[in-house]
Amino acid sequence: MQINDFTEKFVACLNTAPAVPVDGTTNFKKLDEWSSIFALIVIAMVDSEYGKTLTSDDIRNAETIHDLYIIIQSK
Amino acid sequence: MSSFAVHNVSLRGVSACVPAAGEDNMQLDLIPEAQREIFVQTTGIRYRRIAAQGTTAADLCRISAEKIMRDLSWQPDDIGVLILVTQTPDYVIPNSSSVIQHELGLPGDCLTMDINLGCSGYVYGLSVIGSLLQNMPGRKGLLLVGDCSSAIVSKGDKATYPLFSDAGSATAVEYKDGEEWYFDLHTDGGGYDNIMVKGGGMRHPFSIRSMEPVAYGPGEVRSDLQMRLDGVNIFNFALREVAPNIETVMAAAKVKSDNIDYFVLHQANRLILECVRKKLKTPTEKFPYSLYDYGNTSSASIPVTIVTQLQHAVNDSGARILLSGFGVGLSWGAAVIDMSNAHIADLVEI
Repeated sequence: MQINDFTEKFVACLNTAPAVPVDGTTNFKKLDEWSSIFALIVIAMVDSEYGKTLTSDDIRNAETIHDLYIIIQSK
Repeated sequence: MSSFAVHNVSLRGVSACVPAAGEDNMQLDLIPEAQREIFVQTTGIRYRRIAAQGTTAADLCRISAEKIMRDLSWQPDDIGVLILVTQTPDYVIPNSSSVIQHELGLPGDCLTMDINLGCSGYVYGLSVIGSLLQNMPGRKGLLLVGDCSSAIVSKGDKATYPLFSDAGSATAVEYKDGEEWYFDLHTDGGGYDNIMVKGGGMRHPFSIRSMEPVAYGPGEVRSDLQMRLDGVNIFNFALREVAPNIETVMAAAKVKSDNIDYFVLHQANRLILECVRKKLKTPTEKFPYSLYDYGNTSSASIPVTIVTQLQHAVNDSGARILLSGFGVGLSWGAAVIDMSNAHIADLVEI
């Protein structure tokens, strides 16, 4: 798993072009498109693409897409 | 032993009843306008049915029972078992199944009981009524399953209000030599608080304070008498448990995916179900949905899906159906049921 690949898949979850450029340093919870529904879509993507489980705490404790990437890698 | 077979029972019919009135999530102020389309797309839920004031789950189930008994020409004296699965009974005491037994005019030797289960309740209920009827040659039974969840969700809680919908159902079962049903049932009570109405029971008795709305976050306002749902935990629970549960019951029944005509899962939300479908590598045409028009109808979602999506398929040529329910408890179960002798009734809207 590479950060660029993960970021691409994360952005695809938003199902729309984000209003601002998004990379690994983006605070995803501040994106206009972010919502509890997107959290579930991201969890589903991580389960299907990487076979890993993201919990509520994982999402709560992450600020950037890179933070999520590190959490997934550590599992 | 989580897997077992029930012998000599036959599923003879399924009916369902929903309120005609409802709401449209595309018009729901609780969801920001910009997020409504993705909400409907992701959950699969556009419309929800809401029972009129004074109409209960027991009413929707009783109407369903009257419908299926009429369609099958069953007489009240035929019925030896009546089971009601609900989390929204008419009274704390007595059990609502006793009231329905009286309303339907069922005989005094009819065994009745309530089962307090939600989304796994249809599968669990079939296992209980089948286990009883297999020892009652010549008798028939009714499994009534339904909830009016709209009465226990907060209009200020976006984790529950846009999902849940009201429905009741009735499933007609009878003793019949030679048929077999297969089940695989599980519980994880460690997750009991993931879907919960905390107040109003004996642990946290009703008080004025239990009615007070509390803001737990934006769009998350509810009282202790209203349902709390941890969406992420439930989502992960379903991702972890549902597909293996289905594979286990298929192994117990010695059937492969190709031998199953339809996989009818509890209609939690579309995202969960699509993840499960992909894990099972099941084609979309075998995976019916009733979410768009009827929402998450709790324990009734499986019979509502059978009635609204599979009526013609089952009535025309029968079907072997895999059922899967999962949710509050945490509780989950799957079953393989033969519906080659089943009549699927028209949906009743009141």
